[in-house]
Amino acid sequence: MEIIFTSDFLINLFSAGVRLAAPLLMAALGEIIAERSGLLNIGIEGIILLGALFAVFGADFSGNAWVGALSAVITGAILGLIFAFITVTLGGDQVVTGTAINILALGLSTYLFRLAYGLEGSSHEVEFFRPLAIPVLAEIPFIGPIFFRQSLLVYLAFILVPITAYFLFRTMWGLSLRAVGDHPRAADTMGINVTRTRYLAVTAGGMLAGLAGSILTLSHLNIFVENISAGRGFIALAAVVFGQWSPVGAMFSALLFGVADAFQLRLQTISKILPYQLLATIPYILTVLALVGVVGRAYPPKSLGTPYLREGRGS
Amino acid sequence: MTKDKIPLLEMRDITKRFPGVLANDRINFRVHEGEIHSLLGENGAGKSTLMNILYGLVAPDSGKILIRGKEARIHSPLDAIDKGIGMVHQHFMLVDRLSVVENVVIGTRPPGYPVFRKETAVERVSRLIKEYGFEIDPLSPVHLLSVGQQQRVEIIKALYRGADLLILDEPTAVLTPSEVIELFRLLQNLRQAGHGIIFITHKLNETLEISDEITVIRQGRVVDTVLPQNIDRAGLASLMVGRNVLFDLPHPVFEREQRVILDIQDLKVVDDRKIETVKGVSIQVRNGEIFGVAGVDGNGQRELVEAMTGLRQCASGSIIIDGVEVTGKSPGEILAQGVAHIPEDRQVRGLVMGFRIDENLILHDFNKPPFTRRGFLQHKEIYRWASQRARDFDIRPPEPRLKAQQLSGGNQQKVVLARELAKQPRLIIAVQPTRGLDVGATEYVHRKLMEARSDNAAILLVSTELEEVLSLSDIVAVMYEGRIVGTMARDEIDIGKIGLLMGGGHVD
Repeated sequence: MEIIFTSDFLINLFSAGVRLAAPLLMAALGEIIAERSGLLNIGIEGIILLGALFAVFGADFSGNAWVGALSAVITGAILGLIFAFITVTLGGDQVVTGTAINILALGLSTYLFRLAYGLEGSSHEVEFFRPLAIPVLAEIPFIGPIFFRQSLLVYLAFILVPITAYFLFRTMWGLSLRAVGDHPRAADTMGINVTRTRYLAVTAGGMLAGLAGSILTLSHLNIFVENISAGRGFIALAAVVFGQWSPVGAMFSALLFGVADAFQLRLQTISKILPYQLLATIPYILTVLALVGVVGRAYPPKSLGTPYLREGRGS
Repeated sequence: MTKDKIPLLEMRDITKRFPGVLANDRINFRVHEGEIHSLLGENGAGKSTLMNILYGLVAPDSGKILIRGKEARIHSPLDAIDKGIGMVHQHFMLVDRLSVVENVVIGTRPPGYPVFRKETAVERVSRLIKEYGFEIDPLSPVHLLSVGQQQRVEIIKALYRGADLLILDEPTAVLTPSEVIELFRLLQNLRQAGHGIIFITHKLNETLEISDEITVIRQGRVVDTVLPQNIDRAGLASLMVGRNVLFDLPHPVFEREQRVILDIQDLKVVDDRKIETVKGVSIQVRNGEIFGVAGVDGNGQRELVEAMTGLRQCASGSIIIDGVEVTGKSPGEILAQGVAHIPEDRQVRGLVMGFRIDENLILHDFNKPPFTRRGFLQHKEIYRWASQRARDFDIRPPEPRLKAQQLSGGNQQKVVLARELAKQPRLIIAVQPTRGLDVGATEYVHRKLMEARSDNAAILLVSTELEEVLSLSDIVAVMYEGRIVGTMARDEIDIGKIGLLMGGGHVD
């Protein structure tokens, strides 16, 4: 057990934690935007998965990781638009729609993947985003290797935290978005287009979830394996709740889950007693515990999960 | 009146049909600058639809809207705001968690757009708040404000957008008597400043007091447009309802032996936020008597009733019904003591909206004969019984297989009454029994309560409608901040004193 407390181990653990937190954070930020508008998109799990696949397709066919990331964003945008069409325009149930996207993504990604790469377990390696040491900062002892020797997409996830927070709390757009999520009718009577706001919010959320998927394939591994998302979308959903719908809160939640994931991966190699399947459940158990902890203290956007229909008598 | 001037607003031949209802039938309506124009009508008469059309929330089937003589196309609230129309909705359109300033500037393009420059916004909103003499902290989250203050925020919202035509939808429904006076003073100031004001209401006294002109709507049509000086309350009521209305029910005095049926001693109750909202209430209600509890919403009435009916735990104190201690008993055990409960929200607690009328009528006794035998519901028996109840209580249409949600509010309430009064209760707890009902249905509910009084039931009436409490009660109590702050018998009622007590004032 002493091995755990060496500084090499800790640096290694936390830098992996930051890396593993990045896709959770990216997806959670997108989900915060969607949920702040009143749309609960549990389909981000599926969007992450398809984003991961199309990132590989894009990078593979073009030989350029940037094209891969862009494909993932476009994939996410399309899925976000589909979600918006079903839940906003048609007034469909959000949980059912999200679940449908997850099921569709699982099947479709496997099918397309095998179509492209045959029956092997993984794709061949593609161009990816290599770790990029930031001059000066990367040299800081302890902090440097943990935070400043990551890949571009990981940096992007963290840079998006203050940007999202600024957007939500310091712009008129963010104000409108929050009003729509809390009281769509009030927003409507003040001349805010509820439909357009929700479309934009959930599409942006889809784009970020798609990009989160590309982190899995273009930053962590440079290959795609079936069901590579493995529930990360759901952990991101938990991070949103645990972070109380705030970008900074989501960042700390994502870091917690990321470090827990990194920790269990390391335990797997050290521990001879516990089966690795059991250890692999640690992040998920932590997710459940975290959610239990905030029950009764979390205040979701008031209209979350309910469609808004204007016409009709009375209120 | 400035009849020859071009009206600020003119609505011509507005027609709107909803499935099964002609909500607006060729309505003509005009408002001038510096005029308070009341739109009077019962619930469902079509007032709200007309105003929602004007505000761009509902599209009319036909008709024209003219603003200052020019035809205006209003397809969304944004169009309406552009045309200088502002609306204060009955259910405030405020986002609870946002601050006053944020609520006011939502959807506008202040300098710096799209960045939200908080300091500039606070400054501009503060100026407006001062200009109208309000006392509101612009940075306070809206949910911390009193209802009266929230209404002022709604008005500020409209004025901030430069509204010169203000629509107020039932603005006095949620206010205390003194807040109403303040609101009227504000409206008179706005009129003086040249604003046109549409005042939607079904309260006759207020209409007569504040209006320059009154348009009465019934069943989607304009019945008449009158001047307040040419008509009285009874005249307005018969225009509104289409028949003569009895305002004051006879209040006969019976000679009979009375004993205490409901005895509450020093009851304390906490609400969901663990805040004590009932702070030691003692009440005695006798048979053959209506005990009215007046007070503005949110002064502990809800928790008091919930504790009495077993829906909420009591922190301390005791509740005795006809000699039996029921403190801490379950709702079922309490109802079994001969208690009828006409709850505040008939659509949530009074009825199962997705159930049929007959199913709603047997909610208490569905598992007993004759409604259930050997574990099976006896549909024929239920139907026959329900049909009888529907006829007795004049439920329209008298078809027990309709779902509760298909009935109008008044008929829904009749279903609740038919169920609750069926068992000859010893104690009736009636909370806001006429909220949202039209004049006809209100009269019906009041008559039924008076009948129960004649039949020697003890009745606890909790209502925020002061007129209702005064016209029915033998004893009036005022509840303020969790306490009974005053009690008076029918013959010593002093309205001024009650109004003062409702607002937290002291009376010697």
